[in-house]
Amino acid sequence: MGMGVDIRNQMANRAAKEIQSGMIVNLGIGIPSLIPNHISQEVEVLFHAENGVLGMGPSPRKGEEDPTLCNAAGYPVTTVHGASYFDSAIAFGIIRSGYLDMTFLGGLEVSEDGDLANWIVPGKRVPGIGGAMELAQKAKKVVVLMNHLNKDGEPKIVKQCSFPLTARRCVSLIITDMAVIEVTSSGLLLKEVIAPRTIEDVIAATGAELTIADRVKVLDPRKEEHS
Amino acid sequence: MEAKRSLNKIGTLSDALSVIHDGSTVMFGGFGGIGNPPTIIRGMLEKGVKDLTLIGNDSAFPHIGIGQIIKNKQAKKLIASHIGSNPVAGQLMTEGELEVEFSPQGTLAERIRAGGVGIPAFLTDVGLGSMIEEGKEKVTLNNKEYLLETALTADVSIVYAKKADTFGNLIYETSARNTNPLVAMAGTFTIAEVEEIVEPGELAPEEITTPGIFVDLIIKTEGVDWKWVWE
Repeated sequence: MGMGVDIRNQMANRAAKEIQSGMIVNLGIGIPSLIPNHISQEVEVLFHAENGVLGMGPSPRKGEEDPTLCNAAGYPVTTVHGASYFDSAIAFGIIRSGYLDMTFLGGLEVSEDGDLANWIVPGKRVPGIGGAMELAQKAKKVVVLMNHLNKDGEPKIVKQCSFPLTARRCVSLIITDMAVIEVTSSGLLLKEVIAPRTIEDVIAATGAELTIADRVKVLDPRKEEHS
Repeated sequence: MEAKRSLNKIGTLSDALSVIHDGSTVMFGGFGGIGNPPTIIRGMLEKGVKDLTLIGNDSAFPHIGIGQIIKNKQAKKLIASHIGSNPVAGQLMTEGELEVEFSPQGTLAERIRAGGVGIPAFLTDVGLGSMIEEGKEKVTLNNKEYLLETALTADVSIVYAKKADTFGNLIYETSARNTNPLVAMAGTFTIAEVEEIVEPGELAPEEITTPGIFVDLIIKTEGVDWKWVWE
């Protein structure tokens, strides 16, 4: 396993700390799907997947996969006691009606107002919307997990999104490989920095103005135990 | 086959393929390949039907499920929410060989459900202020603005289920249910590919997810192809 996997798990581990007992949570494709592996056992949570599962558990052990039972990314999952299956219209009925306390999504760009762009790079890459619009628009809290910089080394946190939007003013928290940033009514608040990055590194890598929290927490993945 | 109604709807793959023609609109169940009906799709590949309009959640993978039809250039149009798992679909779209209409996933599911239950359109605020609203009628209801989203139906719907009785009552397996019950309702002619066929009475009425009234033909699967889709 390379450094890439480690930082992905580090981000998933940090994201898992946002989840509190009693929550109904949806996980997007990519890093968010690693989150169940980082939830502490005392936290009672039901994971919702838009392909029609409420009550997803951690990944199965190798060789114990059920080929029909997967998350929205197509990866095998397990279920917990109390789980249910339903069709896609009901899966989105749950989302639209506001039952999701939190969703974790990937992002191409997030603006200082919390606008999210994550489904199309015009003329280049068109993965499609999937369930991102409903999730971004309707979940009570939207957490975006993404790299701080794009492949060309440009900031993904910007004043205004240049790509077509998924939803406006929807993001509450951004967790990147460099920092944790809250979207507040008065702009972006830098709360945590992931070592060895410094506050200055994060400011330089961000395309919008950052307010620095009174006490910025330093997360050191080299010292932290992964569950 | 459509002329004579029977309460026993068991048939063969060639019966299924006899209703799928060049230019047909085919709606398919499944999510990321899981729950796509693999035997019917293989038959469509072999028959070589072309100029299809496909409607379903996503374009699966180039080598799995409905993705193979797209890779084989048998579709002229795809209505879906996502094509990220199938790079060929993106490439054909960019080259202008495949028209893709994107719908947000929940809106797509509801458009299919609406088509299946006789509702011509519905209102939603999902997609307001995004590219999705382009070309769509806006309706104000109780001082709030909504997009008018229209229902989807198809000439033929193809679905995958775990079990059917001979009337076509269907039950699904875990998350392979996904869009299948919705798609099953929205086809003028609906074909269910199933793992197991039982006699009426063997399925408890309480456990039936799709009532057989929506199903026109049942064929037995020759096995699924989405295992290890994640590897």
